[in-house]
Amino acid sequence: MTRVAVVRFPGSNCDFDTLRAAERHGAEAYFVWHRDVDLRRADIVILPGGFSYGDYLRSGAIARFSPVMQAVKQHAAGGGPVLGICNGFQILCEAHLLPGALMRNAGLTFVSKPVDVTVERIDTVFTSDYETDSRLRLPVAHGEGRFVAAPDTLRMLESEGRVVLRYVAATERSPFQPNPNGSANHIAGICNAGGNIVGIMPHPERAADRLLGLTGGSGFFTSLVAWHQESTMGVQSR
Amino acid sequence: MTFRVHVRVMPRDGLLDPQGQAVEHALTALGFEEAGAVRIGRAIELAVAAGSRDEAEAKARQMCDKLLANPVTEDYLLEVEED
Repeated sequence: MTRVAVVRFPGSNCDFDTLRAAERHGAEAYFVWHRDVDLRRADIVILPGGFSYGDYLRSGAIARFSPVMQAVKQHAAGGGPVLGICNGFQILCEAHLLPGALMRNAGLTFVSKPVDVTVERIDTVFTSDYETDSRLRLPVAHGEGRFVAAPDTLRMLESEGRVVLRYVAATERSPFQPNPNGSANHIAGICNAGGNIVGIMPHPERAADRLLGLTGGSGFFTSLVAWHQESTMGVQSR
Repeated sequence: MTFRVHVRVMPRDGLLDPQGQAVEHALTALGFEEAGAVRIGRAIELAVAAGSRDEAEAKARQMCDKLLANPVTEDYLLEVEED
């Protein structure tokens, strides 16, 4: 089974949702505490949303120095997949595992609502079950989600196709305003050059169960399970 | 010796500072029409044990580069004084 480590920091609050979503889609998910230094043979690591360390100093700035982050960096350096959701994305940027930074929303308010995004990268571990440019409705819930990066970094992200999710304009089918936070180039999620580290502001784990209304996020979890099955095909299962 | 270090962290010029804009609007609404270009950052004070002022400043600079300021979005200024 796909082993998914969900890292909990003091102040994580999407940890159970993420664990449950991974389990419901067929993964064997478990928590790893921020003081742990062992990811216990994780195939995939997810940094969930929340307010690690109370967002003191800057969102994600202190979580970056947690003991567990050394293990996460090692896992990522070996090509291991890492998904950062919301605060997890902020932590990945602060840890320099992803470029750029997430700043206070342009509108200053905490934004909690569904938004529409397109999936622009479908060759990552977390998005392979989507079709190119498929449009999803996912919840966002953040005060600091405005992605910023130096102009040459932004150009690099665009030219290398490293924008994974992008907020899209409202259409007849979508009453929601695009870009809830003033993010550069309407960026909602990016990946590293290797494509194994992905950070996104929207919450797929809150949109992966019919009971909760939205199911557009299911693809993140079916993708990671499918990736693991493919990568172990031919290899005796543990 | 102990040195008192004052760190001023400011959002980088050119980056949107919505907090600064909101405060500028509020100042204008209060009748302070002469106020403009408001930017909001943060001030951090700390004591640094070091053999000299230069050493204290070098240490504080490392702290800023590693944690106190985000090199992507912020600039910082240091002031060091003997305690």
